[in-house]
Amino acid sequence: MSRKALLLAALFAVLMLLPLVLGNYVLGIFVMIYFWAYVGQSWNVLTGYTGHISLGHALYLGIGAYATTYLAQHFGLTPWIGMFVGGALAAVIGLFVGFLGFRFGMRGVYFVILTIAFAEITRLVVSHIEALGSFTGIFLDFKPSLRNFQFRGNVPYYYISFGFMLASLAAVRLIERSRLGRFMVAIREDEEAAQALGVNTFRYNMLAIAISAFMTALAGAFYANYIFYLHPNTMFGMATSIDLILRPIVGGLGTLFGPILGSFILTPLSEISRAYFAKGGLEGLHLILYGILAILVVLFMPRGIIVYVNRGLDRLLHTRGADRPGAGGGERK
Amino acid sequence: MTLLTVEALTMRFGGLVAVDALSFALGAGEVLGLIGPNGAGKTTVFNCLCGFLRPAEGEVLFDGRPVDRLEPYRICQLGMVRTFQIVKPFQAISVLDNVMVGALSREKSTTRAQERSLEIIDFVGLSEWTYALAQGLPLPLRKRLELARALATRPRVLLLDEVMAGLNPTEVDELIALLKQVHRRGTAILLIEHVMRGVMALSERVIVLNHGVKIAEGLPRDVVRNREVIEAYLGKEFLRAQG
Repeated sequence: MSRKALLLAALFAVLMLLPLVLGNYVLGIFVMIYFWAYVGQSWNVLTGYTGHISLGHALYLGIGAYATTYLAQHFGLTPWIGMFVGGALAAVIGLFVGFLGFRFGMRGVYFVILTIAFAEITRLVVSHIEALGSFTGIFLDFKPSLRNFQFRGNVPYYYISFGFMLASLAAVRLIERSRLGRFMVAIREDEEAAQALGVNTFRYNMLAIAISAFMTALAGAFYANYIFYLHPNTMFGMATSIDLILRPIVGGLGTLFGPILGSFILTPLSEISRAYFAKGGLEGLHLILYGILAILVVLFMPRGIIVYVNRGLDRLLHTRGADRPGAGGGERK
Repeated sequence: MTLLTVEALTMRFGGLVAVDALSFALGAGEVLGLIGPNGAGKTTVFNCLCGFLRPAEGEVLFDGRPVDRLEPYRICQLGMVRTFQIVKPFQAISVLDNVMVGALSREKSTTRAQERSLEIIDFVGLSEWTYALAQGLPLPLRKRLELARALATRPRVLLLDEVMAGLNPTEVDELIALLKQVHRRGTAILLIEHVMRGVMALSERVIVLNHGVKIAEGLPRDVVRNREVIEAYLGKEFLRAQG
């Protein structure tokens, strides 16, 4: 194992032990760190690796949350299974969005608009469906049990969200190394060249959006049973779509650890400043703070903070010798 | 044996006829030069052969089957691959990762694709830059990378679009030597090239295009003496001045 991997393993081991020492409030912040890292990673599959910008990813989060909750409330289906049904539904919808985008050449800014349109349409439709709580939303009953995916206190949520994050890390790592991941990156870099080299770009674009939508929807199930309240404006809204992409952008798009790093930076900032400003009657100021940080990163570190962290770590650990000149980009190794 | 047959290929952009009823054939293992002044329609021919453009009329047969309605990736998988005149490296990834994309379209296993890619990188003389990012490479090396990626797809026909443009004479000679080896291994090559030194050294036959029309075809040394060809390149005044 490389020194970096050892360091990472040690870090994760420490995180595993945090619930022993931290209080419920701080654990809650960590839950949100892991949650947003996971969602960011899911989005990263489509946008970071394959290069298609989705600004409507709240759609899949919402589908996962609503589907899981509906199945639990009406059919008594446990969220542990319900979330995979939601994931499958999100994947199908993602494939439909992808089909329109990739088959009919809606690329770049048109693809962005397409993704926004689907999220907004869904938000409006759900706002008018009585069975889905219409515009008042759905309140979930609190019936704590493992089967119901509901727990007292933050410790179980802490481990579940941590597990989500680790699973997404492993999944994306696997993808990154595979034929699929290499083709995705080739598409991002130059779709025409990828085609010329025998890559069925339509197929791999569709796979990327299906995987991304599926992963995002699983997080929706978690969200529903952690927050206990679903509202179409938050679950399908533009603000959520933007919120979920900031972390991977700040951390480093198309990198394995970018979404995690971004979440460790932005989520506490958001949670703490939200609580702080709300006390002073300045609700919403945290979003401005956040926006400023995102702009600064995009301006001065367009490849994300992960690049600098990697460089610092390499210097510190004396890894990656001079035998690999120029290979300083991703954190593959 | 004929590997590639082009029958009365015509391509129009609005009112402009870019390629006009072009026919030619490429034999297995042959090197055919496709030359002509700028704007003659050479790259358009490549785009039609590789599925990037749908020809208005005519037929393209690869290994006996029509390919002019197939998508570019299918044509590559069948064994005909092109390079781009304006090279298109995958900028943010290494030379090895670039070549592996080509290799993986033939090979499911990443381990074997990597082995094969390393061989090809060595073959084109890029070993020193195996792990370097494509975006840092100077143009001559990018041209080699373009060639390496194409070779990684195990083509039977290699379509090269001005791979020698922008290279100095030494680099051109190196590339000629390299392409001669590719040829010796049995790959047929269709070569768009302005660098005459390259065309003359490699081509067994040459086709000359002007305004989308084939104006000459034959042995390289005959074609360059053809009056119509000289006129296309240098104008009537030149011929008159020559007497």
